[in-house]
This record gives sequence, C-alpha cells and structure tokens, in this order.
Amino acid sequence: MSARDRILAKLRATQPQAPVSAPVLDAHYSPRARDESSAERLARFRTGIEGFHAEVHLTSNADWPELLAHLCADKGIGTLLFGADTPAGRRLDPAVFTGTTLRPWIGQVEEIKADLFHRVDAGFTQARGAIAETGTLIVWPSEAEPRTLSLVPPIHFALLDARSIHPTFFDALRTENWAAGLPTNALLISGPSKTADIQQTLAYGAHGPKELIVLVINAEGAQQ
Amino acid sequence: MSAHTSSAEKDAGKPIAFVSAQALRERMHDAVNDPHLRSSFRGAMDFLMAKRAAQFPDESELASLRTLSEGIRQYSLARLPDLLEQLETNLTRNGVQVHWAETPDEANAIMLGIARRHEAKLIVKGKSMVSEEIEFNHAMEAAGVGALESDMGEYIVQLAGEKPSHIIMPAIHKTKEQIARLFADKVPGVDYTDNVDALIRIGRDVLREKFEEAEIGLSGVNFAVAETGTLCLVENEGNGRMCTTVPKVHVAITGIEKIVEKLEHVAPLFSILTRSATGQAVSTYFNMISGPRKAYEKDGPEEVHLILLDNGRSQAYADEQLRKTLQCIRCGACMNHCPVYTRVGGHAYGTTYPGPIGKIISPHMMGLEQTHLLPTVSSLCGACGEVCPVKIPIPELLIRLREEANTAPHANPAMVGQGAGYSPLMTFVWKSWARIYARPGIYRTFSWLATRLRVLTPSSQSGWTAARTPLKPAPRRLRDMVKDRR
Amino acid sequence: MSKPLNSTGAEDTARSYPPRPEAVYFYGTCLVDMFVPEAGMDAITLLEREGIRVIFPDNQTCCGQPAFTSGFPDEARQVVESQLDLFPGDYPIVVPSGSCGGMIRWHWEKVCANDPALKARAAAIGARTYEFAEFLLHVVGFNRKDEGEPTTVTLHTSCSARREMGTHLVGRELLARLGNVTLAHHDHESECCGFGGSFSLKHPDISTAMVSDKVASLKATGAREVVTADCGCLLNITKRAAKEDLEARRVKASLPGDHLATFLLRRTGGQTAGSN
Repeated sequence: MSARDRILAKLRATQPQAPVSAPVLDAHYSPRARDESSAERLARFRTGIEGFHAEVHLTSNADWPELLAHLCADKGIGTLLFGADTPAGRRLDPAVFTGTTLRPWIGQVEEIKADLFHRVDAGFTQARGAIAETGTLIVWPSEAEPRTLSLVPPIHFALLDARSIHPTFFDALRTENWAAGLPTNALLISGPSKTADIQQTLAYGAHGPKELIVLVINAEGAQQ
Repeated sequence: MSAHTSSAEKDAGKPIAFVSAQALRERMHDAVNDPHLRSSFRGAMDFLMAKRAAQFPDESELASLRTLSEGIRQYSLARLPDLLEQLETNLTRNGVQVHWAETPDEANAIMLGIARRHEAKLIVKGKSMVSEEIEFNHAMEAAGVGALESDMGEYIVQLAGEKPSHIIMPAIHKTKEQIARLFADKVPGVDYTDNVDALIRIGRDVLREKFEEAEIGLSGVNFAVAETGTLCLVENEGNGRMCTTVPKVHVAITGIEKIVEKLEHVAPLFSILTRSATGQAVSTYFNMISGPRKAYEKDGPEEVHLILLDNGRSQAYADEQLRKTLQCIRCGACMNHCPVYTRVGGHAYGTTYPGPIGKIISPHMMGLEQTHLLPTVSSLCGACGEVCPVKIPIPELLIRLREEANTAPHANPAMVGQGAGYSPLMTFVWKSWARIYARPGIYRTFSWLATRLRVLTPSSQSGWTAARTPLKPAPRRLRDMVKDRR
Repeated sequence: MSKPLNSTGAEDTARSYPPRPEAVYFYGTCLVDMFVPEAGMDAITLLEREGIRVIFPDNQTCCGQPAFTSGFPDEARQVVESQLDLFPGDYPIVVPSGSCGGMIRWHWEKVCANDPALKARAAAIGARTYEFAEFLLHVVGFNRKDEGEPTTVTLHTSCSARREMGTHLVGRELLARLGNVTLAHHDHESECCGFGGSFSLKHPDISTAMVSDKVASLKATGAREVVTADCGCLLNITKRAAKEDLEARRVKASLPGDHLATFLLRRTGGQTAGSN
C-alpha cells in the first residue's frame, strides 16, 4: 500500500458518518450587501488601496496613456516593460514617452531574466478588476502579460476600469464564476510589497514592487 | 537577546528533539525570567491584539464570519478523504504532480528526489510552517542541497541559526538592533545600520539574487481548493510569488487538512485569516496557483508539485473532538492573545508550533511522551478560544489532552503516547479527593477538621507560596455561619 | 447544549432571566466554604435583604472543577453525581463564583455524558444556574443607596465570568449603581490573573509572572481596593499583593480586596460577615 492509500484508508475508516451540511455563504454576505453607487464603490476602493500605500490616479479612457507617460517621466522611469499584445498595450505610443523606453515583453522569461531583474524600472499591466471592500486589484497574468511583470520591476503600474470594481472578493469570484476556469495564476494585489518582520515596523518594497500606481479609467462619473 | 542565554535559545536552531518534561520546565523558567524577552513579547502582543481588535469593529459581523468559517472548516473536514481525491484529480488535470507523505522523512525524501532530478543546488523558500515541522532545512543541508529562507523574518531567524518564535512573525523576539548586528556580522559587505528600511533593502538585495539563481522554489499552502485544483498563498512580501514563479520548479507542501471544497469558500477564510493574524484587512498578495507554465505562457515554473503531509493529522482526525484541532487556519491569534505565550515566547515550547495551537496539535505530531506537559501549561483562561476565527474549542481540547496524558496505559490507545503523563501519585491524590468530595458527610468532617487545625497550616505550600502568602482555612466554614444565622 | 470557552459575548443571544423567585439555592463552592466564608455569607445576606429565601443544601461539597480541569473526568463525575440531588425544587441556583458557575452550567452535563439520564439532570440544573452578580443584577434588580464615603476601586473579572458566563459587564453595572464609587479601569483588564486552579501549583513561574503583572496593573490605577466576584482570583491577587507587602516590609496592605458581595453589602448599609 502506498502512503496515499494508507492516509486515505485511515481517514475513510474514521470519517464522520453523519453528513455535515454545506456552508451557506449568502447567509453571511447577502444581508451585508451595500446599496452603493459606482462612485461610492470607487471611493471605497481608492481609500482602501491608498491606505496600503498605493497611488491612485483617476483618468479617462482617452487620456490615460498620456498620464502614464507623465508619471513615468516624473518618476524617472528609464525602461517600462509591458505586454504589447493587449488592448491597453496597443495604446502605448513611444512618441508620447519622452525619456522612458517602452519595452514590450518578447520571448520566454529565461531570455530576458537578467534585464527583468536588473534593468527594467517599471512594469505595466492591466487589472482584471478590483475589490472595493479591501482596496484590492484583481490581476490575472496572461500570455501577453506574464506573472513576473507585476512582481519583479520596482514599480508596478496597473490600469483599472472603474466599471470592473466588485464590492467584495466573494462577489467577484461568484459573479464572474471563477470556479469555471482559473488561469495558471490569479492574483489579488493590495498595495506594494511590504513587511513588518523587523520589530513590527512597516517597510515597503520587501521583495516585490516598492510602488504600486493605479490608473483608473471610466471614472468620469466618479470624479469629484 | 540579552546577555543571558536561555536554554531555549541555545538549541533554538537545532532540529526539534526530545524535550523532556523537566527540560520544558527549565525552558519555561528561563524564558519567564528573562526581562528583555518579557517586555518585547508583551509589547509585540499588545500591538497585534490592538490591530486585530481594530479589524472587527462590528461584533455581529465577526460572529457571523466566525460561524461561517467554522462551518466551512467542519464541512471540509467531514468530507476530507473525498476532497483530497478530488483535489488530486483536478491538480493532476492541471499538470501539478501530487505526492503523499505519512511522515516528515517521507516528505523530505520526496523533496530530495525532486531536487536530485533537477540537480538542484539551491532551494529558495517561501514561508512554510510545514517545512519547519519536517525539519526541511536540516534534511536538505544534510543531503548537500541549500535551503534558503526568503521571508524576511524567516531569513533573519535562519541567519541567526534559530527557529521561528511565532508562526506568523518568526523574528518577533528580535530587536532591530540585534538584527542590525546580525546583518553586519553575517552578510558580506554590510555595515551596521539599525534603520529598518535599510535593513529590509539589504535582505531584498541578497534574496533577489537567490530568486534568480535557485532551481527550486518551496512554498506552503494556505488553502487548497478541491473543485478547481488551486493552491492559495497569503503573503505581504512578494517572496511567496517569487518562489512560486521564478524558479523552474515549484514545490508546495501542506498538511492534508488545509483543503476546502469550493473556490468561494476561500473568500471568508482569507478575510478572517488576515484580520485575525496581523490585523490587516487583507494581505498584499493572495496568490492562486492552478498549474505550471503552459506551452504558450512566458513565465512561471515548468513543474509544480504538491506534497500532502499527514504527520499525525489522521490521528487527530479519528476522534470527533480532537478533529476540531484540524480546523486551524494558522492565523496565530491564539498565541497573540495567550497570557502564557506572551510571557515565555515561542522558543520555550520546544515545538514547531508554539502557543495554544501548538499545545493541541503537537501531541499528534510528536506523541504525548514528548508533549504531555504542554497542555498543562495553561490557566484555561479561554482567551485563545475566544479569538479563534474558526472557533476551535482550545481550552476543551487542552482538558481532553490532559485526560489522555493521565490515563493509565492500556491497549488500543487513541493517541500515540497515551498515558505518558500517568502518575500513580497524582492518580491516588485525585481518587482520594473524590472519596472525600463525593461523600458529603466525609467532606463535612474533613472541612471541619481543616478549620480546627488551621494553626497547623504549613507556611510553605509548594508553588503557591513562591509568590503568595499561604492559604489558610477560615476559622469557621460558610456552612457554620449559615447554621448560626438560622 | 454546549458552550465551551470559545465564544464572544456577541454570539450568544442574551440569556433570558426568570422573574424574581421566592427562593434560591445557594451553592457556596468549596473555596468559599473553607477559605472565604464571609463572601458567601455576604452574598446570602444581600439576597435575603431583598426578600429572597436562601436555601443552603448541607450536602454541597464541590462542583468537581479541580478534577475536571486537571484531566481526571471520572473523579469529577463521582463528585458531580453526589451533587445532583441537592436541588429538588425548581428554584434558581446561585453561585458566588464565575468558574464554579461555569462548571455547573456547561460542564456538568459533559462529565455525565455517558449516562443519558444523569446528563439530562445535569443539563437541567445547568440551565437554572446563575453567577451571583448576574443574578443580583438581572433577576433581583439590585439598586440600593450607596451609604459609603466616596472611593475609587478597580474591578477584576474572572476569565470564567467573562468567557463562560458572559457576565463580564455585570460587575461594572453593579458598581455603577453605587453613587460614591468610582471605577478605575486597569490595563490588560481582560487578561487572566494567573490562578487557573492547579496551574498555579503546577507552573508557579508562569503563574507568578501573570499574577505579578495583574497586581501591578491593579495598583497602577491608584484604587483603594480591588473587587472581584471570584474567590479564586481574589485569593490569588490579594495573597500575591500581601507577599509583596511582606517583602517590602509594608504594614498596610497595598492592595486590599473584597468579593463583590462583601463590597456591595458594606456600601449599602449592611452588616458584613467579616466585620463581626
């Protein structure tokens, strides 16, 4: 008998006979659902993620590439790595980025690992959505926007459509039916990486990005 | 730590070996008498308790979330063997290789097999208490494979040759000055600085190289989702993402109990975990991994493995009451709120998992021979049970384990080491006690005698008078006063 | 019904209390009987003064808690069984201790679990068992005029009262009804005093550390005395403070203590047993 069979046999021999009823998640979440406008939802998201030290900029679908270029210039970004083969990636025009080299991700990570770790100053990805309750980005890396793009460069720029903000994590995975098909890697990101492992003192830029900058589009209705 | 080196510290980095009851007493004694340790843990626990409290301003929300979380864990455990098979099927379909280990040795052997196949020289590790449980680092080093901790706290602890003193904040026993000294001594080319940002930058720079270099990344698992074949990891630093993304091979290791059926079950558990643990509304990262790099993908590990470890969990599972131990989601709130843990710190326990959860889980992993004294190191104040996000009745389980330890040894024990705390003397004492107190007439005589002979009360009453004036029976009992009144 | 020490107040629907009864059973507890009888007597006096007849079953010994928590369930059960016949009438049972009250209310049925008939009897007794302070507030509706001089006290609530009986706010409310008493809160108020029954004997180092911290917190309030509704905690705290006084050669007690019953009785013009 293998370890697998022995473990399973032990568990089966002592498994409780009486059925335990399945948990009812709606009983917890439904009564706490908020009746809020999209502006209020965006405001909650913003307060949350800013509390985690992220920078948030409200912009429009027309203006965001230019804003990104300005932010890169302000922060002295030499090289911005991005996925070219996405709707957002196709909007990035090198002519607008003065002083910043736009570098599309090409090839397998092994081919660009040294650059990725040592020569790229920032990565740009789209966010799939966000969570208002906690101030959290939902990022699903893809073929076009690999996992390390939002992890290794010191600064992570993320583009978020205000219309894709869910009230809670539960709402996001329920309404989008994540269980029917998750990508290789799905992420929730709430701010730049951090640690409080030294004497409970919070420090940002632990192993991942030191800065997280979120550009929110379609936020016109929500702007103060 | 202070100039004084405690017994717990001296062997903190060594593999967990047999800790006798006497040795445990000495460790606890040393720890509780270390003023530096006392004040640093007190401060840290006060901080964590306040942060947790701030996350639950609405008591009814907390109550509802605890009930739900308990329900999810109990439902998952009730179906554990089915869910494990479902998890295996779906992970395999996703391209993840699933391994099963009954013992720490088996788990390490599986890991070494993977390391050898890839001719790995370095394994870079994300935070994993199960890897501590199996003495992973020692097993790898003994076989000539490097194992490097990358969680900042774990890195500090490994650099110091110690063990974690807390399951969430491993280096909580160290001051920044001690860490500054450690870095200056142990990290080449580093000058002394006690600036926390600078210290973190040093760790970041050292470890970034290692993420690039390591052939294998190891991680723990916070929740394994059976229906999707997904491994979920909770972290703040990004080292967990590094370990599971950058090296060519990712190996995850977890206890067999860390499983839920549905993806949606992780939403409430994740929320109550981070809020209970560090008082964060959410951690920086929640990392859901459902397989290795696909042919068309540009990064991620080419192989993903999962090692499912039993190590005594199936023993706890076999008993309806003890099974509740396995509801644990490893938030550490029980230790943060424990008045004993606060005073002795994590090293004194001599177990991988310290604090209240350590007292109830370690007996299954290590046997009661080594651990029978642990469940007695509690005033049963109930603070642990009160804050447990999945409502494990920890005090009740402590009492149960005391019973198991006291039982006279017999055939078919429910637990390894049952009866290890059996004492003919204590058994006699309690039997005598019952003979008096279960017979009201005898009790009346006994208590009357005690009041008559109160002048003979000894001035030294073992543990009691070490810190207190003696207990002396009153001249008249309550029942005498009541009779006088009538 | 089972409610171990893992709840928060919010999870329990508030206990519903009966109307004021004609009589109650008084379960004094072994600790009060032998070591702090004045506290028991003062509790009885308080109840009688409110017109409630107090029945003191003479066969009462101990709730069985020491053996139960030490991991000797058979011995605990023997003692519990000897106590099940003590309350033949349908009156509430009042216990001047949170931990013994918790034992009777929640754990008697557990130690009797193997015998359905015993278990049912134990559960029925548990359901009408009340901690003294909770009974005085919620059933009796204690509200007497404070006749004492203005004073400041600090209150220690036992872990059992707090977490098993859910009565952690009761002591505060009772003290708040005394016009001349100011309550000073101490830091780490919800933390255990380190008694824990056999814990204090088995692990004196840690127990000492806990009670020393508790005494320091209580003293730091500057209160004249500490009040608590649990005699285990009372003995632990006051005897620790007395030891500190002894070591510092202080004649006057730096932290005197009273059971809540004694304090309430003294403040409201009653004759306390200890002053006889």
